[in-house]
Amino acid sequence: MATRILTLIAFLLALALTPLPAVAQEDFAAQINALGPGSFADRTKAMDVLVATGDERVPPVLQALSDGNLYIRESDGKVVIASKAAGGLQLTDPVDGADLGVLPSGELEKIKTNNGLRGKIRTAIGKLTLLSPDQPTRLSAAQSVLKNADPAMLELLDQAISAEADPGIKSTMQMARALIVLKTDAALEDKRAAVDLVVAQNNRAAQTVLRNTLDTAPDELKPTIAAGIDSIGRTLAVWDVGQNLLYGISLSSVLLLAAIGLAITFGVMGVINMAHGEMVMLGAYTTYVTQLVIQSVAPGLMEYSLAFAVPAAFLITALVGIGIERGIIRWLYGRPLETLLATWGLSLVLQQLVRTIFGPTNKLVQPPQWMSGTFELWNLSFTWNRLWIIVFAIAVFIALQIILNRTPLGLQMRAVTQNRRMASAMGIRTPFVDAMTFGLGSGIAGMAGVALSQIDNVSPNLGQGYIIDSFMVVVFGGVGNLWGTLIGAVSLGVANKFLEPYAGAVLAKIAILILIILFIQRRPRGLFALKGRAIES
Amino acid sequence: MITQMLFRALDRKAIWLVVALVFIAVAIPVANLAIPEGNPLHLPNYMVPLLGKYLNYALLALALDLVWGYCGILSLGHAAFFALGAYAMGMYLMRQIGARGVYANPVLPDFMVFLNYQDLPWFWHGFDLWWFAFLMVLFVPGLLAFAFGWFAFRSRVTGVYLSIITQAMTYALLLAFFRNDLGLGGNNGLTDFKDILGFNVQAATTRAGLFAASALALALAVIICSAIVNSKLGKVMVAVRDGESRTRFLGWRPENVKLFAFVVSAVLAGIAGALYTPQVGIINPGEFDPANSIEAVIWVAVGGRGTLIGPIIGAVLVNAGKSVFTGAFPDFWLYCLGGLFIFVTLFMPKGIVGLFQKLKPRKGKEASSAAEAGEDPSTLPQPKPVPEPAE
Repeated sequence: MATRILTLIAFLLALALTPLPAVAQEDFAAQINALGPGSFADRTKAMDVLVATGDERVPPVLQALSDGNLYIRESDGKVVIASKAAGGLQLTDPVDGADLGVLPSGELEKIKTNNGLRGKIRTAIGKLTLLSPDQPTRLSAAQSVLKNADPAMLELLDQAISAEADPGIKSTMQMARALIVLKTDAALEDKRAAVDLVVAQNNRAAQTVLRNTLDTAPDELKPTIAAGIDSIGRTLAVWDVGQNLLYGISLSSVLLLAAIGLAITFGVMGVINMAHGEMVMLGAYTTYVTQLVIQSVAPGLMEYSLAFAVPAAFLITALVGIGIERGIIRWLYGRPLETLLATWGLSLVLQQLVRTIFGPTNKLVQPPQWMSGTFELWNLSFTWNRLWIIVFAIAVFIALQIILNRTPLGLQMRAVTQNRRMASAMGIRTPFVDAMTFGLGSGIAGMAGVALSQIDNVSPNLGQGYIIDSFMVVVFGGVGNLWGTLIGAVSLGVANKFLEPYAGAVLAKIAILILIILFIQRRPRGLFALKGRAIES
Repeated sequence: MITQMLFRALDRKAIWLVVALVFIAVAIPVANLAIPEGNPLHLPNYMVPLLGKYLNYALLALALDLVWGYCGILSLGHAAFFALGAYAMGMYLMRQIGARGVYANPVLPDFMVFLNYQDLPWFWHGFDLWWFAFLMVLFVPGLLAFAFGWFAFRSRVTGVYLSIITQAMTYALLLAFFRNDLGLGGNNGLTDFKDILGFNVQAATTRAGLFAASALALALAVIICSAIVNSKLGKVMVAVRDGESRTRFLGWRPENVKLFAFVVSAVLAGIAGALYTPQVGIINPGEFDPANSIEAVIWVAVGGRGTLIGPIIGAVLVNAGKSVFTGAFPDFWLYCLGGLFIFVTLFMPKGIVGLFQKLKPRKGKEASSAAEAGEDPSTLPQPKPVPEPAE
């Protein structure tokens, strides 16, 4: 996180500094124009001056010079980069990248190079990029060295490796170095050390490098390399399991968020709410509306819009939920199948309502900076939004446990669900508690909608995609127990992601559905079944 | 004594229903084919398959009513049985195309040529014979229902749990049928039909014939269902619906009764699907959508469950309403359908038929109270499930 903020600051600084003063601009143009006239010695001197500036515009110019694409415009002596085009050469200004039009090749003079100069250019480019202060530039330079494995770069690479601080780039550089060493006629011992170094990297890129060198390597080293490929393969298999586990946990968190509100309404109250998915959808639309409002009122807060969207979504969906409970569901207590049908009808109405108000197309919810992008940890890659959703799901789960077990409302909820008439006799307002419980379940669905708006399309159909999965989680975990929901979500999510590599996404889903159907046969009341006579309704 | 009288009365109703359906089976084709155009009694060509479709839906609703209204099993997966029957018929119709397809392959249907199949998949064999295909229309949904019901009822999965896993079943089938490598046309499904039993599917006479077949199939289903619900078995079914544990304690086997009703219902739904395919001209995996199953439930609820005529009235009315509304105000239909779900469950628990029963002068107080007790479990006081608190 901290590095991300630093990168962001560095990026903003770079943006602020980009419009260079005009004087520096002119100096740079003069330095580039100095490449044109004179002897090879003059050119080398001009090149050294350019390299000394460390400007990021220099490498393309030098590359053009090396490739023979750098020309002098005869009319004013300006040095330009040229590429072939119809009717002559297409010119580009090396200073600002501006298009200078097409000129017939007769009006241009090619800047000559020789082999000595080309060698120097290569080193200069390598130095500029491999030793550049800019991290992405270094990485791409190291990768290009790894791809070309040019022996001339060896010395520079050694220099860069000793200066490099970033472990990822350093490992790429070391692999490039090893690859170069294997190509040259260095001593066998050096080569063996190089192979060992690559094997020690122990990642997918190292495995690829070893595979590529296997054919050309000296026979003595072949067994070492083959063993290295195998050992990396074994490590990678372990990492794959880890990656699948991570994907599975990510899916589990989504399932948990979608299902946990249902676990309240279905599990605790025994109400089948088929409009649960629509509560999720309403939460996602609340996120969208919140962003619209913030955009127009206080654009500076866009980065933190989710902090406003979460409570807003909770309140709105909780109110809608209370309205549903008071308006429809309370007339249907004790008739679960009728509740199912009425709430299904309600879900159709809500979908159509949202479609009428917002239109049928997907709405764009802006992800904040701190939730976009990916990061790598060891050999695992992960996206930030998925990680935040996992954190959010755990937070919601803990908050819900606290509400149910540590607050007066939670106590009343449990009392009413255990024995409605007794609770009523003890002075608990059961209709109020019913409404609050349903509101809580719906509000949590709305908060789930805020999270899902970050990874799914915000459309009127958003909720439909989750309703069957959520029911599967709750039914699998067993009703009346939030831990069952948690374990249900985690096992279904992880099982799904572990089946996917073997069976494909759709077949994995079908397999999970069939497994749940079979599981229900064995344990008709789910993983954490309630015991006793109460369940035999 | 009183219940016997009631059932006899219901039987008479069923006979009237059958007579009416047979009359429709004759009248509609006559109105379409024999009465010349311009006559006010003439039925335009496009109406015939549309009405036929309503009757297929009515058959599906009747099948659902047999399990839900009489046996208390709310299946949210009957679209699966309907679609399986429809696919079996679709496979027969695909084989009848023969070499007339776009790729003119005498054996392989177009989509298989397109997907580079070399041979016919094993389960496509035999579907060129009409009797085999028609047998499969009955057999495939029946077998699925048997396997599913065997496990589910034996392990006493009831109520909402059963509803949810039937929904999971049709959802799994939906996903499976969307796959191209299943060999059933993927998401395009089966279409471009040419002949059925040697007659052109597009011809007005064939369509009239298919309509008559739909009406007669519905009439036959009414007779079968009436026979079942009026038998001793039917009474046990109602007993299972109203008090499964008590029925079990009396020595009956509720799981066998439920299994029987479920399989018969699935077969009826399969027949409805098989008649649906040639009239609509296409069958695709969308028919497996769980939403379709739930929509079928509302037809039954609107018409009145636990009666034979109710689901038929409900299916025809709701679908006619759908045709009118989606044409006139397309944005408004979902409001109507959703509102219908809520309105019917809140205010018309016995559907339209229940409304008429209320309007009719009552013969005697005892008779009506007996009818209510026997027909609507929802009015019975049901103990609320009492789950333990969340730990």
